[in-house]
Amino acid sequence: MSPIRRVLIANRGEIAVRVIRTCVRLGIETVLAVSEPDADSVPARMADHTIRIGPGGLADTYLSVEAVTGAAVAAGADAIHPGYGFLAENPRLAQACEAAGIVFIGPSAEVLEAAGNKLAARAHAVAAGLPVLPGGPADPADAGVLAGRLGYPVLVKAVGGGGGRGLRVVRDAGDLEEAVTVASAEAQAAFGDPRVYLERYVSPARHVEVQLLGDGQNVIHLGDRDCSVQRRYQKLVEEAPAPLLGETLRVSMRVAAVALGLHLKYQGLGTVEFLVDTQRAAFWFLELNARIQVEHPVTEAVTGLDLVAEQIAIAEGRGLQLSQASVSFRGHAIECRINAEDPTDGFRPSPGTVTSAVFPAGPGIRVDTHIQAGSAVPPQYDSLLAKLVVSGADRTQALARLRSALARCQVGGVATSLPMLSSIVDDAEWGAGGVDTGYLGRWLAHWLGWGGAGGTGAGGGAGGTGAGGGVGG
Amino acid sequence: MDLTNEDVMDILALLDSLPYDELDLQTPRFRLTLRRTPDGWTQSLESRSAPNVLDTAPRPAPTPRPAPTPRPAATPRPAATPRPAATPRPAATPRPDAGGIGEVEGAIGVSAGAIEARGGGQDAREGASEVDAKLVAVRAPLPGTFYRAPRPGAAPFVEVGSRVGADTVVGIVETMKLFNSVIAGAAGTVADICLGNAEFADLGATLLRIRAD
Repeated sequence: MSPIRRVLIANRGEIAVRVIRTCVRLGIETVLAVSEPDADSVPARMADHTIRIGPGGLADTYLSVEAVTGAAVAAGADAIHPGYGFLAENPRLAQACEAAGIVFIGPSAEVLEAAGNKLAARAHAVAAGLPVLPGGPADPADAGVLAGRLGYPVLVKAVGGGGGRGLRVVRDAGDLEEAVTVASAEAQAAFGDPRVYLERYVSPARHVEVQLLGDGQNVIHLGDRDCSVQRRYQKLVEEAPAPLLGETLRVSMRVAAVALGLHLKYQGLGTVEFLVDTQRAAFWFLELNARIQVEHPVTEAVTGLDLVAEQIAIAEGRGLQLSQASVSFRGHAIECRINAEDPTDGFRPSPGTVTSAVFPAGPGIRVDTHIQAGSAVPPQYDSLLAKLVVSGADRTQALARLRSALARCQVGGVATSLPMLSSIVDDAEWGAGGVDTGYLGRWLAHWLGWGGAGGTGAGGGAGGTGAGGGVGG
Repeated sequence: MDLTNEDVMDILALLDSLPYDELDLQTPRFRLTLRRTPDGWTQSLESRSAPNVLDTAPRPAPTPRPAPTPRPAATPRPAATPRPAATPRPAATPRPDAGGIGEVEGAIGVSAGAIEARGGGQDAREGASEVDAKLVAVRAPLPGTFYRAPRPGAAPFVEVGSRVGADTVVGIVETMKLFNSVIAGAAGTVADICLGNAEFADLGATLLRIRAD
């Protein structure tokens, strides 16, 4: 047990702000690692100190284990919080921290390795008794045999990582060899690992995930989230609890997630992602995300917990502060991701300078953001500007609040996804709850007037089978 | 900006019972503006404190990167982050509206979503006449990192002297994690490559030039 006194935050954007807020509340000093474009950002102003880790190049800054651990040592930090994305799930950072005598606020290097290798994670899921989709490793030469056994369509996935990269749906045997070759090249480029595997493709399906918290001995769940509203495997709207799931299915998924956590002796905060066929009341393990997720605030809203504080407590070696029985769920929460991209122009990224940033305030409303008037939105980083999180006694009240809250959001200077979000929450199908991962693609085609607005490739999101998360979903 | 959401809620609770529709609270550290609208309250919160840079930095404070060649003149650019110039630029002013872009699913092998840059070439055709009637500039459709090859270690898409068609992919510009493939826009021969691999390209920056047929 060693109390953390000074933490280096190895991230940027809204999650840096989020982590700083909890540290302030807990009386922990914060040092924010900043690249040159982020030197004057809102989290840089909020942190007790900033430490520069180099110019803008990702590989030399937020993705550099050496730069990050070097900064932590130089700053005299006793812990590193990696946020999500960047190095959050990199076992090398966990190892470097251990070597430097710094606490890594996250799971062990072994668990990060098991979660990061999707085939290893799949094997662990099987060992823990979780259902997985039929599938297995493949290379261009022998993929046909396996695919024939699985039945088309099949999904080609990268062993090295998610986020939609290296992911391909193959509907016809004739396309398989090329798809495996291309996916393998993509996976090599994105993750430095060309290995791919095949899984049976299920559509329509929903993306539902279970939040885990463990201390290495005990593991509990903090309920589920539905993240089916995705475009190209990037989540846009998330809610907790998952609507219209059915209690038997919900309980089975929570039990399965905890079983995997126990099997891995999970330590820290993690998420087990599932693909769900609600009509057949079936679910399958997709992947394990060994980090805090972008959408964690919806879980916080319905449990009343501070998940960053829980992460810190585990990292300090204080053990689980909660029992499963002490976790209660109240109401319903919905999160919308406000991104700097123009949905009417093919989701074209919109870097620039924010000229105004007005958000709603009131009961049941929380906004996690790192922007204010004058903030730079650098082209080097992802497009997330803000997360609008609303909660209510039930989904109906949360929805009403969300509509009114979205109407009050106004971000100037860059194009945003706000107009699209406002339209989605007025859509009857989404409003009814329980949409599948193909919903957004279909809805976008309708909303844009198919063929208009520069051809959005909206179909790209259709049938998204939850590679999960991208920027830390 | 040490105000928490709870602080704002407390202030709102006070304000709600008062006959005011706006609160503009300014301190040296922050500015909070609350406004009553028909839909409810809105907030704008601005941090005014300056970052507190730790002086035990592991490396000297970043100095401006050396520019390989001086740029003739400053050009307007929409990107917020000031950056030292990396490339010489032709006299033609880059047009912020240069790129009409559309997406081509899986057009290149490195991204979840590839965007094909159509506008760069068209724009360049107009701009190039000032320099050389046959020299066509291929410009960055968005600000971002310019890559000459489809993936690290792979052969570049083109070299000086490469023959290209109008639709030949000549590079990639990565913006906000999206990889946008850049096409030549004109058939001809690559005359010069103006930006190094992995260097930052401003919006409309000339990436390379093509001697059109």
